[in-house]
Amino acid sequence: MSGNKSSKVRYGMVIDLDKCTGCMACSVACQQENSVPFREDETNKRRSITWMEIYQLDNGKPYPEHRQAYLPRLCLHCDSSPFPPCTFVCPVNATHRDEETGLVNHIPVRCIGCRYCISACSYHARYFNWWDPKWPKPMEEMLTPSVSTRMRGVVEKCTMCVHRLQLAKDRAYVEGRRELEEGEYVPACVESCPAKAMIFGNLLDSHSEVAKLAKSRHAFRLLEKLGTEPKVYYLSSQDWIRKLADNVL
Amino acid sequence: MTGENKQQNSGLLGWLLFVVGFAGALFVGWVVFPQLLFSTQYQPINYNHAIHQEEAGMSCEDCHYFRDDGTYAGKPQLATCVECHEEAQGETESEAMLVSEYVEPEKEIPWISYSRQPDNVFFSHGAHVKMAEMECTDCHRDVEKETETPPVKINRLTGYPNEIMKMYVCEDCHAREHVSNACDVCHK
Repeated sequence: MSGNKSSKVRYGMVIDLDKCTGCMACSVACQQENSVPFREDETNKRRSITWMEIYQLDNGKPYPEHRQAYLPRLCLHCDSSPFPPCTFVCPVNATHRDEETGLVNHIPVRCIGCRYCISACSYHARYFNWWDPKWPKPMEEMLTPSVSTRMRGVVEKCTMCVHRLQLAKDRAYVEGRRELEEGEYVPACVESCPAKAMIFGNLLDSHSEVAKLAKSRHAFRLLEKLGTEPKVYYLSSQDWIRKLADNVL
Repeated sequence: MTGENKQQNSGLLGWLLFVVGFAGALFVGWVVFPQLLFSTQYQPINYNHAIHQEEAGMSCEDCHYFRDDGTYAGKPQLATCVECHEEAQGETESEAMLVSEYVEPEKEIPWISYSRQPDNVFFSHGAHVKMAEMECTDCHRDVEKETETPPVKINRLTGYPNEIMKMYVCEDCHAREHVSNACDVCHK
């Protein structure tokens, strides 16, 4: 099953935390792009759905040593072999890693809402629909047509805007190409980042910017010691952030 | 009547009942149930594919084309019809209806799709027509000689047409052609 060595494409992301200002444009863009439902009261973060969540980090020291940073958190599309933790536990094959792209996808209509994957995910990247989505009147007209809405009782998560990959491939096929060029497929969060702190691309293409940055000495991943092999890398020049990422206190 | 005859008669009767019952069950299963399950819906106006190709000399791509962004136009919009049918050209009843009910009030024709897929399905015509070089008729009915649009059979329970391609057909062909069957290839 583990085809993750045979494919030439492994989509991944690098987020430069030194550049991130915590403006949350990525979070808003994600919510809008993927028609993520919201509730009247979004303050309870254990109940709300936020595919792209921003954590505020600080080093816990008083002024003048006090430091702050922001950590954009999305599904890390784990590359562990043979399965990412979430797809390993799914009893109905509703979630699965596409071994041609490395993207972990989730098909809500097949999901039975058992939430094993939510427990298995080490990164809290999965969310449960406790209610049917409701959009106030004009907003129903503004849903993204290329993304299907979800219903009560199913899990959902970041798809790396896989519908954008589908549309990019569609265009390439009509132009007679099989391979995508760098930058043709980019998720909404990356596109919206005003600080250009997020870079997206093929990690296996040694010429791509994302592959070069992922090899930087400032690069790290969240909870690397678990062996989940996330495909989302973070960059930071500050040691305390890198230590937080591996939960070393 | 002897006892032996009686037994033979009841045996015959049993067989007769079995045959009648079996035929009845087949009739219900093959004729009555599909009639109940599928409703028959007619297109708003009759579209004559043959006359457009033979007399007007149009090609399929004049209406069913790829857009520049790679998406497929599917059924044409009213604007395509208006290019020729701003006023009636012939004397057919359906053309008169087209002009009076749709062209003049500028109303889109509510065609009923023969192959409407659920919302969570992503289908790329580009991948199949341009890359896999499949023929339209591999999946759709041949309309070249068609003078009358057939009615659409709609499943009363699901609301989908009976000609719709099922997921196992997609998966089967993808497996045979060594194309990925990952969820996100066809689902969104």
